[in-house]
Amino acid sequence: MDETAALRKTPLHDLHVELGATMVGFAGYEMPVQYRTGVLNEHRRTRNACGLFDVSHMGQVVLRPRSRTLADAARALERLVPANVVGLKPGRQRYGLLTNEEGGIIDDLMIAALDDHLLLVVNAARKADDVAHLRKQLSDTCEVEELTSRALIAVQGPRALDALGPLAPEVEDMRFMDVVTVEVADVPCIVSRSGYTGEDGFEISIPDDRAVEIARSLLGYRAVGPVGLGARDSLRLEAGLCLYGNDIDMKTTPVEAALEWAIPKVRRRGGEREGGFPGARRILDELEQGTARRRVGLKPRGKAPVREGAQLYAEEEGGEPVGRVTSGSFGPSVGGPVSMGYLPTEMAEPGTGLFAEVRKKRLPIDVHALPFRDARYEKD
Amino acid sequence: MKYTDDHEWVKADGDTATVGITSHAAEQLGDLVFVELPEVGATFSKGDTAATVESVKAASDILAPVDGEITEVNEAIAEDPSIVNSDPQGKGWFFKLKLADASAVDALMDEDAYKALIG
Repeated sequence: MDETAALRKTPLHDLHVELGATMVGFAGYEMPVQYRTGVLNEHRRTRNACGLFDVSHMGQVVLRPRSRTLADAARALERLVPANVVGLKPGRQRYGLLTNEEGGIIDDLMIAALDDHLLLVVNAARKADDVAHLRKQLSDTCEVEELTSRALIAVQGPRALDALGPLAPEVEDMRFMDVVTVEVADVPCIVSRSGYTGEDGFEISIPDDRAVEIARSLLGYRAVGPVGLGARDSLRLEAGLCLYGNDIDMKTTPVEAALEWAIPKVRRRGGEREGGFPGARRILDELEQGTARRRVGLKPRGKAPVREGAQLYAEEEGGEPVGRVTSGSFGPSVGGPVSMGYLPTEMAEPGTGLFAEVRKKRLPIDVHALPFRDARYEKD
Repeated sequence: MKYTDDHEWVKADGDTATVGITSHAAEQLGDLVFVELPEVGATFSKGDTAATVESVKAASDILAPVDGEITEVNEAIAEDPSIVNSDPQGKGWFFKLKLADASAVDALMDEDAYKALIG
């Protein structure tokens, strides 16, 4: 069964194989799902020490204003993203959403302000569409360039600084969501203090021909081990972070997805730069009036994982489904199964008892506050 | 010990057989986090889903390798699924079956045939 023939490889592909990874197809790339140590060990290593992740499949996109003035790129991107991009200082990063005319989510992304341009990190499965959308909408003022010859490596966990610090002493002064252009072991890189695990850590954008040597240097530090997509998923799920395509998509709005924290006052009704993004009318209405359904955390009472696609019921027998699970797995740090899904807003209160259908049985499951496990970011 | 092409092992003792998953299967599944065992007294035909295991990534069915009635289940692996990973062909057994046909086990693969199957 060779489904990997047509898949793209990241610059770290051969290193993964050398490290004993099980490779799978993901978003058009051949990616490590786990290494010999297994998903549980990889998850725990990230929480307790440091995990190294190859996230080179993600899109790195430069938005360069033709005027060479950062503010022009920021103003342009605000036409597509309901975030405060204009207020983003060079050297800072923030989370945002590309919205469509119906108020749905085209993608979620990280937006970093560098000296004279913005650097966007977008989902692998969405990057072609994102780039096309950005070009179509913003080419009047910006050049949109996908950086196809750069790798992206994440180091995540309480020892991430210990691992990266010796290679790039400047990163010690970074706070959560800072981004800098810096040499890592004499290689010019862009480093942000952020990630997708709920842990402190960094993402390092590296010229692709230097990625393996930096990965090897980081893995040479005893606390660091390679982590595959399996643990990446359980880590982000415990942290309550959305997976595009599962928890958010073209048909979920930011307010339904409980992502209204990503839309600041300045872009809301009465704000200085109110609206002006696709789907603004619906999203601004929803910010004031709420939505009929909401994304929630769900904690099964038993031991069985309740996975994506499981229907949710108010009653143990009979009745119609009231909602659906969009992500679910076992949370190694929680010590039990964890899920996320959508429910009618009147059932979205933490503590609400429901049932999830798994293998034709209805298992008790409770609405749970997100995240399942508090983040440990370096905010000071 | 006999084997199935669903990567289960079967050890017959008179009219009873003990069933588990092979080391190869345990390795392929990865760390198990959940095991659902059948009820004692339940009867299964060959190929029926008798138990379910879940790794962090996915759920997989454990099939009845032959016809029979469940006489005993290994509660220890439901309590601690990691036993299946650490000792799949010993302490990590799943259930015991009273064989509907004591000779059915003989028709399964021997070790050499199974080794050839997994390469």
